[in-house]
Amino acid sequence: MKRLSVLEKIGRDKFELDEGHPHIEVHEEELRALCPDLSCLFVCPANVYSVQNGRITADWAGCVECGTCRVACPPEGLTWVFPRGGFGIVYREG
Amino acid sequence: MSDDKFDVIIVGAGVAGSTAAALLAREGLQVVLIERGPYPGSKNLSGGVLYTRALERIFPEYAEEAPLERCITNQVISFMTADAAFNIDFKTAAFQKAPYNAFTVLRAKFDRWLAGKAEEAGAMLVPGIKVEQVLKDAAGKVVGVVAGEDELLADVVITADGATSFLAQQAGLRGRIDTRHVATGVKAVVALPQSVIEDRFRLDGNEGVAYTTLGAATRGVAGGGFLYTNRESLSVGLVMRLDDLVRTQSRPAEIFDEFLAHPHIAALLKDGELLEYGAHLVPEGGLAMLPQLHMPGMLVIGDAAGLVINNGFAIRGMDLAIGSAVAAAQAVMESKAAGDFSAGLGRYKTILDKSYVMKDMRTFARAPHFLDNPRLFKDYPALLADLMTRIYTQDAAGKPPTRAEARQSLKDSRISLAALARDILEGARAL
Repeated sequence: MKRLSVLEKIGRDKFELDEGHPHIEVHEEELRALCPDLSCLFVCPANVYSVQNGRITADWAGCVECGTCRVACPPEGLTWVFPRGGFGIVYREG
Repeated sequence: MSDDKFDVIIVGAGVAGSTAAALLAREGLQVVLIERGPYPGSKNLSGGVLYTRALERIFPEYAEEAPLERCITNQVISFMTADAAFNIDFKTAAFQKAPYNAFTVLRAKFDRWLAGKAEEAGAMLVPGIKVEQVLKDAAGKVVGVVAGEDELLADVVITADGATSFLAQQAGLRGRIDTRHVATGVKAVVALPQSVIEDRFRLDGNEGVAYTTLGAATRGVAGGGFLYTNRESLSVGLVMRLDDLVRTQSRPAEIFDEFLAHPHIAALLKDGELLEYGAHLVPEGGLAMLPQLHMPGMLVIGDAAGLVINNGFAIRGMDLAIGSAVAAAQAVMESKAAGDFSAGLGRYKTILDKSYVMKDMRTFARAPHFLDNPRLFKDYPALLADLMTRIYTQDAAGKPPTRAEARQSLKDSRISLAALARDILEGARAL
């Protein structure tokens, strides 16, 4: 099988984008204070989290809603809820 | 939606929720089944092996009706190093006769069918709606849910909202989930023509194979890999303990790429086309992560209750989800007859405790501890590969007896005899 990047893999998935309604909020200061390793930057299987211009950002539109970050990261540093009903990842295989 | 009171509100149309909905609707109860995805299964992802004996008791027609992929007749356990694989390969035709043992399923298809069975029985399916929270009365009894703009009331709320269960947490049935108690599963579904799958895996008709891999699969992170055959695709993935991922600062997506590129796996995926990539949490902490299962007006079932068993050979969750749905449905009916949906719902725990669900949870209660052993994921696969390499190597210098080769392999592996003895004993006790 051809090797694909995470972005290319996610590109094969179907999403119902809920424009203007992010379901992930990063609280930068709390996150850096409570989690010096910044687990979110490596533990997310969909590479949702990255550092952009020195700030931790969540590209929430490509979140597959596994909840790994919600368990791994301090709750004060990250607000993670399910997208609104009908939105987000739509598995066609599962 | 109306403001009328329902008998039962079920949150989540996965395997647990739809089964409970079907059973309670069959009893004539007014059941509403709320699903946050646009259709049942759209948020759900499993490795894909469903042990079907529990399903059969409730839906005897499943073998003809359900969108099943392949009947698992061949189970392979593979101990992998970077360039070798030691396989235990078991195939039996017995698994292909009724009562069947296990089938591969793809949840986006299977869960739709199962929710359809709940609708057939009279349950009302409401997809595309997220339940925000439970509603409690002044005494703290759960009396309904808030969903979208509406408040819905019922005698009982059954939450079947999966491994990340927000609702069980919000209601106070469980605390924060510990990284030691969950694994992150990553999975790809890879398309291949049916004829290629059948030739490549030596399968006849609807026969299927399930590979479980240990070792290099996860770069030594506690966990394992899997590869299952579907009709016209393969389900391939890894399940890795979250505490170990965090501790070793590993990227699951990167380990997954290495797994896909492993010669043993790449050969099986050759010429395949990636259809879908996903991830899901697996609550595999066993009894240690069991939440409070009930409170006045509310029950928790399936993954939301942490009902999963990983004994190293297989990860089971869907059949336990069905078992918990059966117990919940019985508890609701008995509570209704007794007119007590508060303390009365404690029946659920009693019934569940006596069922195969908790019996098996107790039988394998030591499995998480046994599997929390780096030797299992690093040293033993290497030892096996080394030993087999020695056994099959014929050189011109004269061959030592096999017992000497085994001794040498063990010595080189730096596994102490005491550790080996302890692991064997621990394995025997855990499994």
